[in-house]
Amino acid sequence: MANKVVLHTPIKSEDIENLKIGDIVYLTGKITTCRDVAHRRLIEEGRKLPVDLEGGAIFHAGPIVRPIEGQENAYEMVSIGPTTSMRMEKFEKDFIPQTGVKLIVGKGGMGQDTMDACQKYKTIFCVFPAGCAVVSAVHFKKIIDAQWKDLGMPETLWTSEVEELGPLIVAVDTKGGNLFEENKKTYKKRAEEVYEEIIPNVRFIK
Amino acid sequence: MSKEAQVKQMTDIMAKFVGYTAKVLPDDVAAKLKELAEKENVPIAKLLYETYAKNQKLAKELNRPSCQDTGVLQYFVKCGTNFPLIGELEGLLKEATVQATFATPLRHNSVETFDEYNTGKNVGKGTPTVFWEIVPDSDTCEIDTYMAGGGCTLPGHAMVLMPGEGYEGVTKFVLERMYTYGPNACPPFLVGVGVATSVETAAVLSKKALMRPLGSHNPNPRAAEMEKLLEEGINKIGLGPQGMTGSASVLGVHIENTARHPSAIGVAVNIGCWNHRRGHIIFDKDLHYTITSHKGAEL
Repeated sequence: MANKVVLHTPIKSEDIENLKIGDIVYLTGKITTCRDVAHRRLIEEGRKLPVDLEGGAIFHAGPIVRPIEGQENAYEMVSIGPTTSMRMEKFEKDFIPQTGVKLIVGKGGMGQDTMDACQKYKTIFCVFPAGCAVVSAVHFKKIIDAQWKDLGMPETLWTSEVEELGPLIVAVDTKGGNLFEENKKTYKKRAEEVYEEIIPNVRFIK
Repeated sequence: MSKEAQVKQMTDIMAKFVGYTAKVLPDDVAAKLKELAEKENVPIAKLLYETYAKNQKLAKELNRPSCQDTGVLQYFVKCGTNFPLIGELEGLLKEATVQATFATPLRHNSVETFDEYNTGKNVGKGTPTVFWEIVPDSDTCEIDTYMAGGGCTLPGHAMVLMPGEGYEGVTKFVLERMYTYGPNACPPFLVGVGVATSVETAAVLSKKALMRPLGSHNPNPRAAEMEKLLEEGINKIGLGPQGMTGSASVLGVHIENTARHPSAIGVAVNIGCWNHRRGHIIFDKDLHYTITSHKGAEL
């Protein structure tokens, strides 16, 4: 790629505010896995997140990690890819201002509330191709921290050093753009047309 | 061979097979993805298909699960009444799951409900799930293995329609699921539809439909026609890989059906993501096995 855009943590608003939906970026620095229960603990249970995410990046992901033999509390990232981000929709609008996170990586779309928060606080949401957990894992250089391990392997907050993690496709930008919401309108319209085409052929009950 | 030795042998084979299916796609799915990638002309979709292919190559080379969500294991068993390990089968499949979890490694995907803790072994109350079909006077055992990931489990839906809604209602039910939940479910995916009486019968059929090889059709001509209409129709929606638009949406549409109560049409939909980790293995009475889903697989 001619102009490979690489974001570095800590990310500043000016690094991302000109990015728009459909742009492709890469990440170098730190990223923390953070999904359902961690969001719930912060937002609904009022517990302090044990990781500093100011200017940081989170990955909606529950990875496969493996202990490194012969070392205490050391783990290797085996496979990691995004989970359905829409599950975090109910929390993200509060999560963004409370943590100062600047980059959220996940899969599928996020809704209006996240879109509003991304615009207000200058945060972006990007999609990493789901199901491509080895393409992703090879960019994870080292797991440097593990918090809330009581939640089990998928839900632990794993913080890792990554190098040029990507492709990350911008799906919610800081200007109110939302790739999936726009696509969804098209899909709905097409599905309605398809329905009209199919039904004359399936009137089996007569 | 003693019963104990037989159980150990089959457990080891199943553990290795499950691990293998986490890393390598079945032949039919790999071929279909290649075909869709070749036909694709939307730039973002082409990039995504390239990433898919790169991922599958890396997974095999580095010997790692191709997707981090290795699912809750499900086994669809077609077991002869004279298969020597019929009584031990359910227990050994559970043990094979634990073994595969540490050897592969697989993600820990069994959270005990109500107590809400992850067992850390990938097995728990009722997991892995074993679905049984008993075959009289046979001494072989066929097993479909499936890793049901969270992303493509989420769109699963079942309901009972009134007969007045007809197959038009079935069509509507399926299509609605495609544009609402589809983009998040890792398209191009396989769509399984169950048509029966009630939610549980339709739901089991919709998952069984995902075990059928790609390109197979329902033996009923009308059901087969509906599979084709839905496949073409859902492709026209143009979800593309990752739901980011493209020329196709699905790997296929499979319908499974039974007779129904005159007052009800039970319908269910289940989705299998593009990384459709299904395996099929057949054991004879001496535990010689044949793998039909992955040609040339070595365990």
